[in-house]
Amino acid sequence: MQLFPCPFCGPREESEFHYGGEAGNLRPDGSEVTAERWAGYLHMRDNPKGPTREIWVHLTCGEFFAMSRDSVNHKVSGSSVLGEAEHGA
Amino acid sequence: MSASRLTAGGSDIDRDRPLSFTFDGRRVEGFAGDTIASALLASGQAVVGRSFKYHRPRGIWGSGVEEPNALVDVGSAVGRVPNARATTVQAVDGIKVRSVNASPTAENDRNAVLDRFARFLPAAFYYKTFMWPDWHLFEPRIRAMAGLGVVDSDWKPRQVSDQVNHHCDVLVVGAGPAGLAAAASAAAAGHSVVLVDDRTHPGGSLRHRAGEVDGVEGKAWVDATVAELKSGGQLVLSDTTAFGLYDHNLVALNQRHSDGGPDTLWRVRPRRIVLATGAIERPVPFANNDLPRILSADAALSYLRRHGVLVGREIVVATNNDSAYEPASALAAAGASVTVVDCRREGGAQAGTGVRVLASRTIMAARGRNAVQGVLLDDGTTLAADCVLVSGGWTPTVHLFSQAKGKLAWSDQLAAFIPGEAVDGIGVAGAVAGAVSLSDALASGAAATGDFRSSSSAPRGTGAEATLGVVSLWPKPKTKGRVWIDYQSDVTAKDVELAARENFVSVEHLKRYTTLGMATDQGKTSNLNGLALLADITGRGIAEVGTTTYRPPFTPVPFASLVGSRRGSMHAPVRRLPLEATHRAAGGVFQEYGGWLRPAYYGGGEAGASIQDEARRARQSVALFDGSTLGKIEVIGPRAAEFVDFIYYNTMSTLKPGHCRYGFMLSENGVVFDDGVLVRLDEHRFIVSCSSSHVTAVHARLEEWRQDRFGRDAVYIHNATAQYATLTVSGPNARQVVEALDLGAALDDASLPHMAVAAGRFAGNEVRVARVSFTGDRSYEISIRADRAEALWARMQQEGRAFDAVLLGLESLMILRAEKGYIVIGKDTDGTTMPHDLGVAGPRTKRASEFVGRRSLFTEAGNRADRNQLVGLALREGEAPLATGAHGVEKREGRLRSIGFVTSSYQSPTLGRPVGLALIERGAARHGETIDVQHLGVVRQATIVAPCAFDPEGSRLHA
Repeated sequence: MQLFPCPFCGPREESEFHYGGEAGNLRPDGSEVTAERWAGYLHMRDNPKGPTREIWVHLTCGEFFAMSRDSVNHKVSGSSVLGEAEHGA
Repeated sequence: MSASRLTAGGSDIDRDRPLSFTFDGRRVEGFAGDTIASALLASGQAVVGRSFKYHRPRGIWGSGVEEPNALVDVGSAVGRVPNARATTVQAVDGIKVRSVNASPTAENDRNAVLDRFARFLPAAFYYKTFMWPDWHLFEPRIRAMAGLGVVDSDWKPRQVSDQVNHHCDVLVVGAGPAGLAAAASAAAAGHSVVLVDDRTHPGGSLRHRAGEVDGVEGKAWVDATVAELKSGGQLVLSDTTAFGLYDHNLVALNQRHSDGGPDTLWRVRPRRIVLATGAIERPVPFANNDLPRILSADAALSYLRRHGVLVGREIVVATNNDSAYEPASALAAAGASVTVVDCRREGGAQAGTGVRVLASRTIMAARGRNAVQGVLLDDGTTLAADCVLVSGGWTPTVHLFSQAKGKLAWSDQLAAFIPGEAVDGIGVAGAVAGAVSLSDALASGAAATGDFRSSSSAPRGTGAEATLGVVSLWPKPKTKGRVWIDYQSDVTAKDVELAARENFVSVEHLKRYTTLGMATDQGKTSNLNGLALLADITGRGIAEVGTTTYRPPFTPVPFASLVGSRRGSMHAPVRRLPLEATHRAAGGVFQEYGGWLRPAYYGGGEAGASIQDEARRARQSVALFDGSTLGKIEVIGPRAAEFVDFIYYNTMSTLKPGHCRYGFMLSENGVVFDDGVLVRLDEHRFIVSCSSSHVTAVHARLEEWRQDRFGRDAVYIHNATAQYATLTVSGPNARQVVEALDLGAALDDASLPHMAVAAGRFAGNEVRVARVSFTGDRSYEISIRADRAEALWARMQQEGRAFDAVLLGLESLMILRAEKGYIVIGKDTDGTTMPHDLGVAGPRTKRASEFVGRRSLFTEAGNRADRNQLVGLALREGEAPLATGAHGVEKREGRLRSIGFVTSSYQSPTLGRPVGLALIERGAARHGETIDVQHLGVVRQATIVAPCAFDPEGSRLHA
């Protein structure tokens, strides 16, 4: 059972969290988006081995945030409130 | 002569408190403080179980969790525990202990004959032999012959197992000298400490081996240290096994209670973990080394000093290291004749008085049937013996370290794997870390606490220090006779050789092919001998062969303990209506629908007839039903209109305040995720009325898009579903009933037309009245504070009486909506259904603004003409409804293929014939076509029609 640092609530057990996706998977708007680009947004993931940056939601407070962790040793290096980088707007 | 109780001695037992229990029906005497194993040994019981596969007689081998043989069923007043280790369970007066995998008793097992065929039953024999025609034909009988204890299927927990979450600075696993030194050091530095030990008494080896700490006799130092920890407020848990070490330093503990109460599960999250888990003595490989009365030498010493039990009178000790000499000397001093067979040249240096030492000798084979009677040495001589003690070196208990993904390192000096490179937050100390002498163990304990150690100096051993001097004494290939590697899984050296010959040379393959190191034992005594043999056969070093993965739990944990309170109705709690008691009083029969407990129908009559009656009467005058489960998620804020436009497939920003609109929410892949009505209360305030079973998921999606795309200050989302009850009046006379409620709202159709909303009051409480219909008849949904709903519901029934109002359960409501072709998401749609498959194609082509899932509607799949589309299926009067899930079928190129399936199907009492909804390939263009519908091999005909079978013009909504 891992401990994740919710930027709003502090460290909590992983069962309180839900995975939101890889950080930086920006949504392309519009009906003119190519099929490849849209499929990339919907389905294609890097699934990195090692350091990752991901979006998680703390279900008990409802807040989404970005978390950096290592997919091999499960070490969490930090988490942050969603900023403009994640909004992509 | 065999094992017996001495007249004095035994630090763990209380000779003033005798007790007795039965083993396989025979009475066994013991004392308080005995384990089942020590009492059995004292009573002279040699055979305590039968082996897993060959039904070989097996006796007690160890004195703790390492015990591979002595698994027993323990029956007591609180229930029956299967596969308990006799060495770790305290003897209690009156319990009934039974051997496992033996019938009628361990001593006289009727399947013992299996062992004579052992040469025909090598590893994987069953897999290879019973392939044809089908393994499942043979499986039940083979399973009945093999295996261990039997689960009591009638067992019911008498009380819920406690689960405790705990935080501390330092958790120390193992209360031997190293663990105690660690705990004492951290406590002295002012940190909070939890010290756990799987035995009843702390002290580890100091409880039965000689030792002196800072001038104090070992046991006295243990007692003083524990007393000081406890008086300092530290938590010391005995009879508690740390069975799993998980991510981020979570340690799971299984605490057993001597009063027979259910085990407690502890989840401890320390800042630092000290593993002082000790080491387990290894068996010595020789033929028939599994005979009863062949024990670990350390266990024999433990039984002598803790329980006053002498394990034999004529004892042979086989060893490759120094640790066996203290047991040898102590047993000789207790009156046994002791011969040490030491494979080393310099054996014997520490032998006590009366101990004969044969240096440079090894045992080739043990002799005996149900107990050892003698041994054959490598020089051809034989020795008579009523007990053989073995010490093949020590295997550090690295399980928890390995679970923490710690890498192991091979030590030639110790002939064992020890923890290698340190793992963050975890210290190792004592025998598990390779410490041999008491001083080393104590020093490593204090050091293992890392930053949590106290500055004062660690305790020191002040007596004679232990040495090991171990040499390798591994099983050799091509040895004559059967050399047992894994007692619990019945694996011999020949099985390992066979596996290697068949190229199962990876240690993980060896494990699975032979079952070496499997089951509850997890190879505690056997792993290293097996690895060493495989290394020898394949010409590799042991370090190169490596170990298998150590997985939790270290020892078995009762499911009841892991489950805790999450059982029965607490396993997946249902959501309940605020008016549940009222519905029950009215005869409501409840069922679970999407996590909600709701009335399926009312009345004590037969279900089918009651449901038909409700659905028929609903169309005649007035029906009342409880729609409180409908989602009520408020979306508020300056960008709320823009937000709902993005969330919904349909344009919602054009909705006028005071009105409602039906629409779909899509997933990003274009599939219809939810449907429902959106209410606009004012310019910046909407209510998302989503499907009952979908509220949590819809709320989560709204939050995700809000935070991801709109920002915190633009929109506020509040799930108010449980705050309101929604009570619905439907039917041709609905308006008269609502008018009689005196809500103070204008109800004429000009003021409150279909799909409009009005505010009113009932008994001083605000109510919201929405003209939204799920029945196809004029309907009023009245929402009120949940805790004030009862009076409104009572009034509605009272006013409805004049109109012969009927209460609707969910089943009849389903008929009414199906008559109208109204869909239920997830029932009438599946994971491919897009909005244009449901006949709502407008926004797809006309909307200019962005919305969730938009681009996916124009993918190759989204553009296909042969998509499954929503249709109605008509049958002739008098026919039975189609089965839900039945497939539409057609023959193409000689092959039968599915063209879709029935999603909803009911008998309509109003129409007098069945109504059905289906998703059928190209269905929208096939109205009027008759198709074959197949279910369980029966083919029927149905005609594709529009989904709406009743009042297609919708005139009743306004009637």
